[in-house]
Amino acid sequence: MSEPTIKTENAMDADALAGAGVTAEPARPGVLRRLVGNPLGLIALIILAIVVVSGIIGPWVAPFDPNHASLADALKGPGGAHLLGTDSAGRDVFSRLLVGARSTLIAAALAAAVALVVGVPSGLIAGFFGGWFDSIASWCTNVLMSLPAIIILLAASAALGHSVWVSMTIFGVLISTGFFRLTRTSVQAVRSELYVDAARVAGLSNTSIIGKHILFVVRAPLIIQTSMVCGIAISIQATLEFLGLGDVLVPTWGVMLNEGFINIYTSPILAVWPGIAISLTIGAFVVLGNALRDALEDTPKAAKKRAAAGPSRVSLLDDDETRGVALVKSNHLLEVNGLGVGYPQPSGRVKTVVTDVSLHLDRGEVLGIVGESGSGKTQTAFSILGLLPDEAVITGGSIVFDGTPLVSSSGGRLSQGRLAALRGKRIAYIPQEPMSNLDPNFTIGYQLVRPLVKVLGLSKADARARALELLGIVGITNPQRTFDAYPHEVSGGMAQRVLIAGAVSCNPDLLIADEPTTALDVTVQAEVLDLLRDLQDRFTMGVVLVTHNFGVVADLCDRVVVMQNGRLVESGDVRSILRDPRDAYTKTLLGAMLEGKTPMTMLTAGPDPLDDEMRMKASI
Amino acid sequence: MFSFIVRRIVSGVVALFVVSSLTFFLLYFSATSVARNILGESATQAQVHQKEIELGLDQPLVGRYLHWLGGVLHGDFGVSWFTSRSVVGSIFDRLPVTLSLVLVTIAIVAIVATLVGVAAAVRRGWIDRLLQIVSIAGSAIPQFVIAIIVVTIFAIKLHWLPATGYVPLGGNPGGWAVSLVLPVVALAISAVASTAQQVRSATINVLSKDYVRTLRSRGLAPREILFRHVLRGAAPAGMTVLSLQFIVMLGGVVVIEQIFALPGMGFLALQSTIQGDMPVLMGVVVYIVLIVVIVNLLVDLAVGWLNPKARVS
Repeated sequence: MSEPTIKTENAMDADALAGAGVTAEPARPGVLRRLVGNPLGLIALIILAIVVVSGIIGPWVAPFDPNHASLADALKGPGGAHLLGTDSAGRDVFSRLLVGARSTLIAAALAAAVALVVGVPSGLIAGFFGGWFDSIASWCTNVLMSLPAIIILLAASAALGHSVWVSMTIFGVLISTGFFRLTRTSVQAVRSELYVDAARVAGLSNTSIIGKHILFVVRAPLIIQTSMVCGIAISIQATLEFLGLGDVLVPTWGVMLNEGFINIYTSPILAVWPGIAISLTIGAFVVLGNALRDALEDTPKAAKKRAAAGPSRVSLLDDDETRGVALVKSNHLLEVNGLGVGYPQPSGRVKTVVTDVSLHLDRGEVLGIVGESGSGKTQTAFSILGLLPDEAVITGGSIVFDGTPLVSSSGGRLSQGRLAALRGKRIAYIPQEPMSNLDPNFTIGYQLVRPLVKVLGLSKADARARALELLGIVGITNPQRTFDAYPHEVSGGMAQRVLIAGAVSCNPDLLIADEPTTALDVTVQAEVLDLLRDLQDRFTMGVVLVTHNFGVVADLCDRVVVMQNGRLVESGDVRSILRDPRDAYTKTLLGAMLEGKTPMTMLTAGPDPLDDEMRMKASI
Repeated sequence: MFSFIVRRIVSGVVALFVVSSLTFFLLYFSATSVARNILGESATQAQVHQKEIELGLDQPLVGRYLHWLGGVLHGDFGVSWFTSRSVVGSIFDRLPVTLSLVLVTIAIVAIVATLVGVAAAVRRGWIDRLLQIVSIAGSAIPQFVIAIIVVTIFAIKLHWLPATGYVPLGGNPGGWAVSLVLPVVALAISAVASTAQQVRSATINVLSKDYVRTLRSRGLAPREILFRHVLRGAAPAGMTVLSLQFIVMLGGVVVIEQIFALPGMGFLALQSTIQGDMPVLMGVVVYIVLIVVIVNLLVDLAVGWLNPKARVS
């Protein structure tokens, strides 16, 4: 997932932008209203409007001729006839400031236009057609990106003269790399989308596909990038003018800054006005870019960002301890009562994903949590582990593990800090997707040994022996080779065995397995299920098995709870629920599973809209 | 890995060749009235003509290019049109100044940006908001304006540090360090802010990975996860950002050296641009692009070495 909060002007932001751009919704009506509704965006627009108006009418409304020198009036302070004073040649600072806006705007517009004209079409062609053009264009982009712009602009100005038109045309080419990469990445991402295929099948030509579908997708990130480029171009052009490489006859902010710098000991105020003008203008473009991003892009993402900034997180650096916790009387290994989990929304409302869930588990027992995607089953499992995403909050209820309350109220808020001391010692976790759950940068052996040393206090040699033994226990035929391997060198099934070995390495009382077989091949699934059953017997663990598959439930579980839309709809022992499901949703789930197979029960689900939906999902 | 290195080196050499050739033709094609500039308005037409022959300006462009290229391959970039000094000599005089400035700055940027970026990613809160504000300000205020502000406050108003000048490292390390403080600060401010932003995103990106959750489930301490796994995962992105910052800085030294009167490569580049001293300017361009190519290669190697997939195969 790309992180949409990068707010710098760097050309390399193109990649981040591109990542966000793919998911960005195209401009909708109301974008302008949202932009104006954002106070920073509104301020930026006002500043830019003032600069644009000054640039257009400045030469006519300026109180003095900006180039009229009068040594008698030199270096006057602000006030009197000269609103902001005069420079060392007696020229009116305010008039020069007004007129200087024009050259600033020319620089921004020219660089942005050249960059768009060069970058977007080449990015479209490279991304859409690939091939040799893509290779050459990408190579050129890499070269252009590795050139220090100022050095190239110095050479250009030595060869072609000191003109804003020359420098900003060349700078436009240099900075077109951002647009090229942005467009190319976005096009590559949408090129293979179904709707683009559909358009092709429908007989649309490449040109109209590019025009209608692809440009539509990339235009939001392009607008944002353009705003940023305008700001950078102004900065670069002012730098050149400051260095004396601008047109000497045109009053510009960069020249004024140079003038101010020359007189920095006598009259530093001269540098202040153009400094403020230029910083406000560039800042307005930067802020406008960020405000545009917020206004144009996916609102849920922005919402998540804001929610994440809230203070209610279970932070990675929580260091709560277990000492002094009053034990709660409970007959079960794990008891969850009335659990609620929610995500705060930007509106201040909390979106609940788990409501009033109660369940319990005894030692040596296997409990299945069944439901479709979004039913809250994984959120429930993560609450028991204390591994909910940072932005999630526990809205209510209690979780008690072997007499220790895992969710408690502290300062009006529910905290899960106590879990840190139990995780990896008494509570373990097997994830769903094996490959993404191993750190690709460390060997499997390191990832197994480290917790044994750090959490369980084994010596290095003992930990190593234990890790190799565990790899053998989970059925890996050559433990030493897997121990030395990096995660990308083993198969998915093997990786899942490694993760299981890691989970059981602490001999846990409670094992939470989140869809442990979903990501695996069918044959490997059966082996992993066998392994889980075997280990559960061997270590007499309580196991919470999260799954959407009633087959797995029937295979492994003693009891089962069924969840839908964040609520429990049914619970009981496996046999009775499989034979005699009471809830309509449970029947539907069973029916969906049994489709095309010989039913184990007499019951099949009747026509149900949800059933159709699931059928449809299955057929995609 | 070996073929990867070879490919990168070839690509870098080709880029160096293409850029320097294009720059050569651009610069020398336009260098028409240079003899007159060198000799001044009072020189006679004959003297000007004599000078043009001396500089080889009467030769065809392609011939001069091949001559230049032949020299460059032997490490000879010719002599300055104005001072007759060897170009390589001038560059080697000035390289230590620029390298001191840039390397010290990049080291500081790397350390500060990593600390701030990681802290902003993990703690959020005020440090994150401060980073957002500073990075908007850092990208809004042009570098030379930042430099002017820094000089005005710390050199002119407070007299804490010298406003201009450079002390070589050799004789006087203390003086060298003092002479570099303000230029480094001016060069570092916006670089720190934008690099810290990128480090922050990279860190948040790694923190949201599944394997971080699994490591937490194994009971490892948050510190251990952060410093061993998260930083390791974010390192390639961080190094790429630093290499881009390095390139930006090589351009930034032009204005910084001008403001602080440091006799470095940027100073030389600007001086030769204003004079139209094409051999010197060519030398500066080639050396700067060469430095960039080497740095990019080193960063590619480091990133490749950090990635187990590339390292093993």
